[in-house]
Amino acid sequence: MVASSISVRTQKLNLWYGTFQALFDVDLEIKQGIITSLIGPSGCGKSTLLRCMNRINERLGYVRTEGRVDIDGQNIYAEEIELAQLRKQVGMVFQRPNPLPISIRDNVLFGTRIHTPKADKLSKEQEEEVLEGALREVLLWDNVKDRLDDTATRLSLEEQQKLCIARLLPLKPSVILMDEPCSALDPKATEAVEELIWQMRGTYTIVLVTHNMAQARRASDECVFMLMGKMIEHTETADLFVTPKDSRTADYIEGRYG
Amino acid sequence: MFTATSLNERNDQVQRRFRLLFLVMTLLLVLPVLIILTLLVVRGAPAISLEFLLAYPKSGMTAGGIFPALLGTIFLVAMALLFSVPLGIAAAIYLSEYAPDNWLTRIINLAIINLAGVPSIVHALFGVGAFVIFFGFGTSILAASLTLAIMTLPVVIVATRESLQAVPQAFREACWALGATKWQTIRRIVLPNSISGILTGVILEVSRTAGETAPIMFTGAAFFLPFLPESVYDQTMALSLHLFVVATQVPDVPDHLPYGVALVLVGIVLIMNATSIGFRTYLRGKKKW
Repeated sequence: MVASSISVRTQKLNLWYGTFQALFDVDLEIKQGIITSLIGPSGCGKSTLLRCMNRINERLGYVRTEGRVDIDGQNIYAEEIELAQLRKQVGMVFQRPNPLPISIRDNVLFGTRIHTPKADKLSKEQEEEVLEGALREVLLWDNVKDRLDDTATRLSLEEQQKLCIARLLPLKPSVILMDEPCSALDPKATEAVEELIWQMRGTYTIVLVTHNMAQARRASDECVFMLMGKMIEHTETADLFVTPKDSRTADYIEGRYG
Repeated sequence: MFTATSLNERNDQVQRRFRLLFLVMTLLLVLPVLIILTLLVVRGAPAISLEFLLAYPKSGMTAGGIFPALLGTIFLVAMALLFSVPLGIAAAIYLSEYAPDNWLTRIINLAIINLAGVPSIVHALFGVGAFVIFFGFGTSILAASLTLAIMTLPVVIVATRESLQAVPQAFREACWALGATKWQTIRRIVLPNSISGILTGVILEVSRTAGETAPIMFTGAAFFLPFLPESVYDQTMALSLHLFVVATQVPDVPDHLPYGVALVLVGIVLIMNATSIGFRTYLRGKKKW
């Protein structure tokens, strides 16, 4: 882990939904291997910003993006970028756990299977290895090892969310985007998933959107405060919460609006 | 403290009256169905026998069986589905999964809805113009089933599109975020989870197609044929037209004969619908969310 290298860099990033501008000149550098959380009131553009990093915004059709987003030094908005490859490299975890309505095994192997040409299809043993590795990494293996062929949608929400993280891992992503990954979970499940995210720190660059101040504070290294489509402040989490430089940041974290 | 006031009593009275009104309306709705079915069974049952199903009509269609008509209906429906199901499902997948939300897509959707509302006799005229004359298929099984296919197409498309859209968007997002293409998403997740709805729509459509008379009357169904069709360019008899013929066009038909034909036709439709419902229940049981 090279603590100082930059994993995600946005430059003059502007984004419009139709005629509505959602992001204004966002310049952001996210360091590799740490957890960076994006905070701010509803509608401030933090989810939009996150969704620029794997270009999943584009499926809406009426989205226009200007500026650049570099991931591991490559502009992902360049002509020659293949979305399938980008999304292999940049995984995403959604607000509501969304395991696919297939077995636990098939969920974890889904990514590998769609990205492997028929000729190089993994053998059963290789697949089992990938499966166990990914489930162990998210601390789910012991829970589910006896029911790998059960439908994933029958798991508890906590297990579902862990599975959603696990299914990214066989693709060996460098960045994992998390869009309020705990907001559909109860406090106990939230704690468990947060713990998992903390453990994954170092191996992956994690960008975490959260509504929950306490979560940003305890579960991230750096914090980005956004307001009305603009990036207001980006510092180490401890500094942001203790000595915010901008008065708007201070107002927000003290709960004066939000 | 919690006893009824006169206003409460009055409200109760009013609501009881409305409940009665709705109940009566519902019964009135069920009544005709029961009467029709009873009449069909009572008057048609004496006609039904294995011979009735498997023999040719005799003595100027006043006796004998309905075999060519029964077989003809099965042919027509099967061929119509052969055309309309692949085409309809493909179009629905395009419209639901690929088409951008613009004015063209909206016009296409509107056209499909309107196509479903076109009277069947108009489809018949179109069939004559297009398939019988323009494409030169003549009055034939091919022309008749193509006409039926055009008629059933909008319903197949709408049923399929609705089943596709019932698959939660979150599944698609999950796939795309893993780098799956739209087709991989459709093939691995969307279709397997909407197939029950699609099949239900198709089977319901079969039962409707089986009873249609107007679209096949001018395009390929024959009044009477003493032999079975040998190719798709031949005409065929069909149950619906046969019923019309024995009920109104032929003198001295014994009373039970048209009822027997009607009973067979309704029987086919009911069996189809029951299959469809059973199928849906079975697949829904397997559904995973």
